Amino acid sequence: MTEELIRKIESLDPKLHAFAWFDPAFAREQAKGLEKGGISKGPLWGIPVLVKDNICVEGVPTTCASKILKGFRPPYDATAVEKLKKAGAILLGMANMDEFAFGSSCEYSCYGPTRNPWDPTRVPGGSSGGSAAAVAAGLTALALGSDTGGSIRQPAAFCGVVGMKPTYGRVSRYGLIAFASSLDQIGPIARTVEEIALLLQGIAGFDPRDSTSGNLPVPDYQKELEKPVKGLRLGVPKEYFVDGLDPEVKKGIDAALAEFRRLGMSVTEVSLPHTEYAIPTYYVIATAEASSNLARFDGVQYGHRSSQGKSLLEMYTQTREEGFGPEAKRRIILGTFVLSSGYYEAYYGRALKVRTLIKKDFDRVFGSVDCLVTPTSPTPAFPLGEKMEDPLTMYLSDIHTISVNLAGVPALSVPCGFTQGGLPIGMQLIAKPFAEETLLKAAYAYQQATGWHKRQPPS
Amino acid sequence: MSYIPVIGLETHLQLKTVSKIFCGCSTTFGAPPNSQVCPVCLGFPGTLPVLNRQALTFGIRVALALGCGIQPRIVFHRKNYFYPDLPKDFQISQYDLPLGTDGFVEIGKRRIRIGRAHLEEDAGKLLHSAGYSLVDFNRTGVALLEIVTEPDLTSPEEAHLYLKTLRGILEYLEVSDCDMEKGSLRCDTNISLRPAGSAADSLGTKVEIKNLNSFKAVARSLAYEIQRQAQVLDEGGKIQQETRLWDDAAGRTEPMRSKEYAHDYRYFPEPDLVPFAVSPEEVEKVRGNLPELPPQRARRLIEQYGLSEMDARTLTASKGTADYFESCMKAAPASAKTLANWIAGELSSQTNARNLESVAGLPFPPGHLVELVGLIESGKISGKMAKEIFAEALSSGQSPGSIVYSKGLSQVTDPSVLQTAAQEVLKEHPQAAADYRTGKGQALMFLVGQLMRRTQGAASPAISQEILRKLLNDKEKRG
Amino acid sequence: MAISTKEVEYLALLARIQLTPQELERFAGQMDEILAYVEKLKTARTEGVSPTSHVLELSNVFREDKVEPSLPTEKVLANAPDREGPFFKVPQIIDPAG
Repeated sequence: MTEELIRKIESLDPKLHAFAWFDPAFAREQAKGLEKGGISKGPLWGIPVLVKDNICVEGVPTTCASKILKGFRPPYDATAVEKLKKAGAILLGMANMDEFAFGSSCEYSCYGPTRNPWDPTRVPGGSSGGSAAAVAAGLTALALGSDTGGSIRQPAAFCGVVGMKPTYGRVSRYGLIAFASSLDQIGPIARTVEEIALLLQGIAGFDPRDSTSGNLPVPDYQKELEKPVKGLRLGVPKEYFVDGLDPEVKKGIDAALAEFRRLGMSVTEVSLPHTEYAIPTYYVIATAEASSNLARFDGVQYGHRSSQGKSLLEMYTQTREEGFGPEAKRRIILGTFVLSSGYYEAYYGRALKVRTLIKKDFDRVFGSVDCLVTPTSPTPAFPLGEKMEDPLTMYLSDIHTISVNLAGVPALSVPCGFTQGGLPIGMQLIAKPFAEETLLKAAYAYQQATGWHKRQPPS
Repeated sequence: MSYIPVIGLETHLQLKTVSKIFCGCSTTFGAPPNSQVCPVCLGFPGTLPVLNRQALTFGIRVALALGCGIQPRIVFHRKNYFYPDLPKDFQISQYDLPLGTDGFVEIGKRRIRIGRAHLEEDAGKLLHSAGYSLVDFNRTGVALLEIVTEPDLTSPEEAHLYLKTLRGILEYLEVSDCDMEKGSLRCDTNISLRPAGSAADSLGTKVEIKNLNSFKAVARSLAYEIQRQAQVLDEGGKIQQETRLWDDAAGRTEPMRSKEYAHDYRYFPEPDLVPFAVSPEEVEKVRGNLPELPPQRARRLIEQYGLSEMDARTLTASKGTADYFESCMKAAPASAKTLANWIAGELSSQTNARNLESVAGLPFPPGHLVELVGLIESGKISGKMAKEIFAEALSSGQSPGSIVYSKGLSQVTDPSVLQTAAQEVLKEHPQAAADYRTGKGQALMFLVGQLMRRTQGAASPAISQEILRKLLNDKEKRG
Repeated sequence: MAISTKEVEYLALLARIQLTPQELERFAGQMDEILAYVEKLKTARTEGVSPTSHVLELSNVFREDKVEPSLPTEKVLANAPDREGPFFKVPQIIDPAG
């Protein structure tokens, strides 16, 4: 099984470029270790998992696809990785991504862009583009991604696979190299909802090393999957169906809603009135936190250090100039600005208040519905290079996924059709905090009733 | 022109938790470089802080002892700046919701207001060589409590007294080693001058002083800075708002050279730590466990032992000293006044001479002082002898009793023994005896001295004087 | 609000990035565009709204004051770009006590 997969990766990945790091010896060694026994054969035993390049694996280069972390081998495992190792999963390697998860296209990587398996001239989405593309192309069974503003769901939608951002606090962030600490979550990417449940089960739970992880019991997701969906109340937020929504995407969602009705769920229109503020709120909060989180990449303890810096100040400024790509620099500067004296209240302070309004929208709507249904992205995968020099347009493409992170609620993207050109369309389901099981059973019922997940990209 | 100094102090106190504030690394002082660090305190990517419960409890304990109100909701902030001793290039500290606010420290009759007391993490240590610097992160992440005064202090002496008083209180709380040499107690100051007669709230430009390694350095640097600023102002100049470093050897402050470190700390709530709710019950529990603090203890000592207010204050300024006094009183109820005099006098001056924290550090346990005072009060030795015996006991470690015994130093108080010796003295010094009889009073003191000499200092001076006077008067009557 | 290249340069200094003149120029333009969009926040009605910096409710998460093993010094320094013995090495710092 492992050997077959290694051959496949070696033949397909040079074109796809989903891996940031791959060493067959690493996978083989783990497979051998498993054969020796010692780990009980649970559902993840022997299952290959690709890890996003911002989730620490002990002794393995974990670089956030950034030059500034080149060669960094963490002396510890992320909690999610530690759990997978204990369950006997085989870590295949590290998945390509937008540098520090800054991006929606997987183009801002120091290793070069990942391509979409359905159309190599298009992006796989981002920032977990490598994870989603590898799953779609069959180069791994499961993958870990991270989602700060849609970074799991949007590439899952673009690549025709399932991806979930769990509730903030459901999965430990220990070992996830932070982009925006109050928004980041690790989550699973796979082809089917069952597999999502399996991988989520493997990584979820309270972690005493993460003060922000929720100290709540984790349900048995496999059992929850099969629970009846009849009578489930779905809400369709009208603010998510406005200008800029691709008609083919809308058609896909409408068909899915019809399917949900057939499965016995009710569908009503609801309102999330502060949706229009989500993107500016997000870009203020996320860049502010990022500017601070990325300060530590300074050339002192690990990673890149410029050979140019003679003084301490030069060491810092040259190292960071050479080490960070353009989008990382842009976000650090923006984040520094919104926190700087004289601007804090107008930008950061205000964004925190608007975040409260956005969160309250969700609190309110979940009083009357169990689950929201929206497009994951307003468009299918766009061509490589299209938005690279236009950051604002790139930011605007996150419109449907961002509120979820601001509110901390769980959401899942599931394929719901294809465009005429053969590109996957993704549908997003959103539930209230710690109700991942609602997402899973609705998506599972949908997948059982349709069959979109069975389609495979041309190889 | 004359000016009034306006001085504020920021004290950093290392809390003596066994592990660091946000990780499990040991806080033992003096470990090999970079041996007490882990991915968390090194700020390695992906790692997260988790608050040490004891650090918060210690912080609340100090804040309560300083009369602070405890915030019901404690929030940590990030203070962002680049420096090689700061692994994350931000410090987890507190900003607008500090642990404690609005307390005070009493120095004499004055109240110095404490604006805030907040928790934060310590930075690493830098070693400087020619052309480069080295970083040791062992100290990184040790729990610190920063205690900030309002600008209520008006002289270097007051600043010094405030620090001594504060350290006294902190010692009572047993939450820190309070050792400036090891850096467990550190202090920065800020000072401005305002013209005498100007409104009390008309503040001048503030200068911060750093690199202060002793209480003495705090006082000296402030004295220097007062003089420097006064001169600048007198010459019509303007004070620069800046940070200056104290050069202890040269005895002056110098501006920091690195202008590029203009800071904008960009504080914002630490997203990796959820806020902490402190319930009134928890606060009361910590308050209930507070030890008796210097003012209360002084009051008790006055009531219980009849000490003067002055003596009680002196004894309680340091916990070690007050404990010493009370151990003495427990061992054998001697005269509280005599004990207090000895502790505040001889013992304290030896303590200062030896640069010790309190009299408890002297190689002279409470039992020895009790013995010594007992010997004085029973008349076995004179006060003068006692001082000699004290010196001897300090250097040899022997108890005062055994010194008296082995040297045969016991004071002679038996009148029959002294009577004989006194008669011999009068025989040997007829002139002096005659002088006394002719009204020269000082001749008696000469004769007392001779009697002391004859008994190698063992004669009780009071009894000697009485016996001699009696003999001389008797002779006069008979003659 | 319009951001000048001079302001971008100051922000870059705070963030310790030595931007090239081209980057300064480009970022200033892009920042203008992004901030113009962010201006939208000003139209939200935030009077009396409390800020959300954590989506979780208050939850006092502590660790007990126990010593746990530290990282071996060799592992601490394994990723170091420059070192001397057990220390990390950096360019000279101008103000030793600053």
